[in-house]
Amino acid sequence: MLITLKRIFKSGWQNFTRDGGIAAATCFVLVITIFLVSTIFLLKDVGQFLIMNLEEKADISIYFKDGVEEEEILAVKEKVSKIPEVKEVTYISKETALEEFIKRHKDDSVLMESLWEVGGNPFLASLSIQAWQAGQYSAITDFLGNPDFQNLVEKIDYYQRKEIIEKIFSLSTLFNKVSLGLSIILIITAILVTFNTIRLAILNSSEEIKIQRLVGASNGFIRGPFLVQGLIAGLISGLISLIIFSFTSWFLSPKIEFFFAGLNIFNLFMKNLGIIVLLQIFTGIFLAVISSTIAIRKYLRV
Amino acid sequence: MITFQNVTKIFPLNIPGKESTLALDNVSFEIKEGEFVSLVGRSGAGKTTLLKLILVEEKPTKGKIFFEKEEINKIKAEKLPALRRKIGAVFQDYKLLPKKTTYENAAFVMEVIGASDLEISRDVPKVLEIVGLKERMNNFPAELSAGEKQRLSIARALIHRPKVILADEPTGNLDPYNTLDIIKLLLKIHEMGTTLVLATHNREIVNSLEKRVITLEKGKIIRDEEKGRFIL
Repeated sequence: MLITLKRIFKSGWQNFTRDGGIAAATCFVLVITIFLVSTIFLLKDVGQFLIMNLEEKADISIYFKDGVEEEEILAVKEKVSKIPEVKEVTYISKETALEEFIKRHKDDSVLMESLWEVGGNPFLASLSIQAWQAGQYSAITDFLGNPDFQNLVEKIDYYQRKEIIEKIFSLSTLFNKVSLGLSIILIITAILVTFNTIRLAILNSSEEIKIQRLVGASNGFIRGPFLVQGLIAGLISGLISLIIFSFTSWFLSPKIEFFFAGLNIFNLFMKNLGIIVLLQIFTGIFLAVISSTIAIRKYLRV
Repeated sequence: MITFQNVTKIFPLNIPGKESTLALDNVSFEIKEGEFVSLVGRSGAGKTTLLKLILVEEKPTKGKIFFEKEEINKIKAEKLPALRRKIGAVFQDYKLLPKKTTYENAAFVMEVIGASDLEISRDVPKVLEIVGLKERMNNFPAELSAGEKQRLSIARALIHRPKVILADEPTGNLDPYNTLDIIKLLLKIHEMGTTLVLATHNREIVNSLEKRVITLEKGKIIRDEEKGRFIL
């Protein structure tokens, strides 16, 4: 048993090294597939990062009437935080609102002048509320429509922002759907191309398989070296992809970060390194071995 | 050792309007252990089909075939390798493994039967020496001449000491000098006690052998003689 296994591995290695061009072509196709699968895996995270960024920008603000005490506002904040649909509530006092305004518009002389013109602090204290999903904002505004709050609340800006909030959320749902569909199509295409390349490589060996059958080799003894060959191709392709992938993400990372602040592809890659290594090597071995098994079955019937 | 009982082989043709081919027509004979039998006949007479049936490369349409009392036309797929290991086959087109060297081609059959590394390293050079290929051990089939390829094919057929060797037109692609060499080799193997079935249409060889000759014509046995001659 052990000696047979040793011979199968030796023969598989010999076939791989002596096949030259075919082995290189198989590895090339495998590398592309693995690279694609890993990219899609990483893009899922990148997409989520971008969507999260966008979603964080979507919120509603409740402005309180002038003269409402801070304690009362904090009491409302407490109540709002308990609503299950609410993700986060931030209190912005009159003073903070003014400071923020000045900080943001200090270079705009017209706005600053108008502010001095008005005199005092014209801003209202507010609560900024974020929901988990776009559809949940109306539930929150309904809750705030409660008569208990009506004499405290000056206005809720949900109605002005409703459209943009819904657009952001529908965009993120669309992005998720499109990327999932595209990933599935790309992965299926890549798998079919890989399968076909390996099938053609084995077709090349069909005569050899027939000869081995005629001299009395068992199916396992014939299949073994092909599987080992697939295993080696998968392993090598996995490693090549890993090297290319790490180099590419390291190289592109600063360029991408320039456009999307906080999005560091290389860090994302390093964070998921374990899964990516497993994914790449597993994809390589899985594709190569499954394709060889299916392709060889046909020729073992002599 | 090998018995054919009323064996018929028809190759069906899937082309509409074309008739199927009758390769063997109700053939019966027996080959005893240690015999040297020549199968002669024109191309298409059924010689190769007959050998393919013994090797279970094909199955008969009708009739029974026995190898050492086992009915091989009903053999299960998992038992097939064990049967084939008892048979050595020499083919006209050599059927060598192109990605293996001369040494590895000969060693392959021994690996298949589970011989130890020691046995392989002891027997392979010896057999390659018998067939005159010791100097070509590390060459691939593509680097060998036609005669050398056929000698390697014979080395592979005899290395595991099979009970019977089937040789299908082993001299078909060879010049007279190499032909004589191969026949001498086959006779030597036969003298060592191996049963030999030789399919050929080389008149000179058959007449010089003075062994049993089965003559086939259009799938039927028309003559079966001890110390026969090539008559067509």
